[in-house]
Amino acid sequence: MNAIAASEIKTLRLSIYRYDPLKQEKPYMQDFDIDIPAEKDLMVLDVLMLAKEQDPSISFRRSCREGVCGSDGLNINGKNGLGCITPLSDAIKSNKLSIRPLPGLPVIKDLIVDMKQFVDQYKKVKPYLITDKKVDTREAIPQTIEEREKLDGLYECIMCGCCSTACPSFWWNPDKFLGPAALLQAYRFIADSRDTATEERLEQLEDAFSVFRCHGIMNCVSVCPKGLNPTKAIGEIKKMLVKRAL
Amino acid sequence: MAMNGKGTLLDASTLPVKEFDGIIVGGGGSGMMASLQLAKSGMHTAVVSKVFPTRSHTVSAQGGITCSIQSADPDDDWRWHMFDTVKGSDFIGDQDSIEYMCKEGPEAIFELENMGLPFSRTEEGKIYQRAFGGQSKDYGKGGQAERTCAAADRTGHALLHTLFQANVKAGTNFLSEWFAVDLVKNQNDQVVGVIAFEIESGEPYFLKSKATVLATGGAGRIYQTTSNALINTGDGTGMALRAGFPVQDMEMWQFHPTGIHGHGTLVTEGCRGEGGYLVNKDGERFMERYAPNYKDLASRDVVARSMFTEILEGRGCGPDADHVYLKLDHLGPEIVHKRLPGVTELSKRFAHVDPAEHPIPVVPTCHYAMGGIPTNVHGQVISQNPDGTDKIIDGLYAAGEAACVSVHGGNRLGGNSLLDLIVFGRSAGLHIEESFKAGIKMDDPSSDDVDYALRNLNRVNVSQSGENFVEVKKDLQKTMQMNFGVFRTEELMENGIKEVSDLRDKSQNIHLADKSSQFNTARVEALELLNLIEVAEATAISANERKESRGAHSREDYPDRDDENWLKHSIYFSDTKQVSKRDVNFRPKQVQAFQPIVRTY
Repeated sequence: MNAIAASEIKTLRLSIYRYDPLKQEKPYMQDFDIDIPAEKDLMVLDVLMLAKEQDPSISFRRSCREGVCGSDGLNINGKNGLGCITPLSDAIKSNKLSIRPLPGLPVIKDLIVDMKQFVDQYKKVKPYLITDKKVDTREAIPQTIEEREKLDGLYECIMCGCCSTACPSFWWNPDKFLGPAALLQAYRFIADSRDTATEERLEQLEDAFSVFRCHGIMNCVSVCPKGLNPTKAIGEIKKMLVKRAL
Repeated sequence: MAMNGKGTLLDASTLPVKEFDGIIVGGGGSGMMASLQLAKSGMHTAVVSKVFPTRSHTVSAQGGITCSIQSADPDDDWRWHMFDTVKGSDFIGDQDSIEYMCKEGPEAIFELENMGLPFSRTEEGKIYQRAFGGQSKDYGKGGQAERTCAAADRTGHALLHTLFQANVKAGTNFLSEWFAVDLVKNQNDQVVGVIAFEIESGEPYFLKSKATVLATGGAGRIYQTTSNALINTGDGTGMALRAGFPVQDMEMWQFHPTGIHGHGTLVTEGCRGEGGYLVNKDGERFMERYAPNYKDLASRDVVARSMFTEILEGRGCGPDADHVYLKLDHLGPEIVHKRLPGVTELSKRFAHVDPAEHPIPVVPTCHYAMGGIPTNVHGQVISQNPDGTDKIIDGLYAAGEAACVSVHGGNRLGGNSLLDLIVFGRSAGLHIEESFKAGIKMDDPSSDDVDYALRNLNRVNVSQSGENFVEVKKDLQKTMQMNFGVFRTEELMENGIKEVSDLRDKSQNIHLADKSSQFNTARVEALELLNLIEVAEATAISANERKESRGAHSREDYPDRDDENWLKHSIYFSDTKQVSKRDVNFRPKQVQAFQPIVRTY
């Protein structure tokens, strides 16, 4: 790095959640002063990487650094989001930035949570096409532009976990309530004109917990970094379940 | 265990072993295509991936997957796609491989669609195809083709998630967040598995296998500015080089024309396929001068060089005149927001402009390695005998960007990387399945063989002092950027080779200060550096050796293509640091070979 004049630098107080279960009994917050170029609007991930240069033992996940891989779901100043596409200008409150792991999941180390419960719920909804339409390896299953448009807003999920870990219903019942991410995925296949397993899918969702623990709090919608609307998808599933029960 | 923070040495006698029929290192497109094949055949397989599979870099692919499925044009022909690919490769793509990819492609696309991939659609309900660079009808005589199958501009995401979902359905065994360190070789030069550790616990294992597939993707992180994810550190390529196997055409790096200025993140070539074009500071559509016929949809190497020429000649945009503009606003918000929603998002986020209203500042960015571990069409890794003939390595396969099969030669066409992943991931899987049915016999490695594969992990684990690996990595990226960019000269490259060699020496003496076992990402980064160094040095030495300009390799001191001496692959071994030549395949099975012609667009 070239030397930057002092006037162009501002110092940010960064506070990071630290926890290594083999070394500490309890988690703690560690403070860092990070020098950042004043004219540049860095992303939260950039600042984390600068902190890691000061202390290489800080652990967090990252990969694409452009908001498509879903690695760096974090709790940023109290709100879930992706580190790589959250600019400091959106995140910082009174020149302070606190970064914690996604809430509600066990912490493996520092900002790294155990995603097992999240992935298990995803797998439960049979997140793959089930179809009895004649499959000919020489052609595509036909789908109209309108039918395909029904998948917009559903298939783009990146499995970052921001939504489910912002959901109080998922915090209380992470094993029984499927959570917004898995339910969005469930509806993605229900809504797919090529999928013929709607009945089987709805039957699996019919209990009191899987879907109906959603109380429309809409935290999932407010945090989704891809601008998706799991609450709406859950609403559609609920409507289908109610209709089916009548 | 040994990695408990005390930094004790690991050895074969205490190392736990897990045994599989097949191991796939890498959970991106090619790895999960191979694993799907093996899981369906009931083999005991594991996918070893340093990230959860959907975090792999395939997810970032935007524009699409090129294939002649005759949707946009019922008369489209895979042979036209083959011609374009051979021409795009500047004639050092292997024609048997290109033929196989273009011919087998449609079946692979329909297989993916049948799995659920949400392709965009046409009015007739077929898969939507868009125009991409270097695409023609009728062997270059029929004008621009539309051959790239797309799911909006999120094709890689749609593809990777569909493959992950299909693997969930097939019951594939994932060793997710495991880091593979080195290959284990027996005394007969057969590969019998890998040394890997579970990142969460730090526990190391010998993962023993009769077939190991390196599907570890690219290594764009050898450069300072790249479209590549932070994880793209050439791990499989580094492992192969350290095990004594060669790489091929490693000098061939694609610089993608439209990286967002100041960040490196891409916006797809599909922007230009949908009608966008590049302008300089005078608002001139300059590609009309460089490529009168194909203009902005000329091949990527041609467009990237033209952009740099504009910038070097003072016609760049912005206060530092260091980029050009990609104009989309004339297309209208309907097209921009519907067909290019991901680009809209990235552009707003990283360039602070809505492309439906303002042009996007762009500059070429390191994007893709055409070179890699040489393989045949079955994914079997090839080494070279002393007499220059090919030698197949038992037990080792490679697929996707890590491999060099070679369908891209000196320059890859847009949309061909996803096709490469799918077709050759599958062919590697098929070959392993068939080999298993026929029966594979391999000797066990000796404990010395295993200890040898543990040497780097041990060295890092017990290091008490030495170089800061973050600094070494930064220096490496800087020297590669400075000396091995779009335009190359001997003077710069020789300087670069020396610097890379010094950095290699430093990398042999890196210090891992944090020896903790639990999810120690510093350990992963230290080991990744060793892979970056291997790839960078292979690139540097091969680039200096190829004394011509071809495809993405453009030398100011040798500005012309030299078919007499260099219609060849380069082959590089890390232990000797020597470059030799290998014949390009001109023997396709069903068509006449395409002979080299002057490449214009």
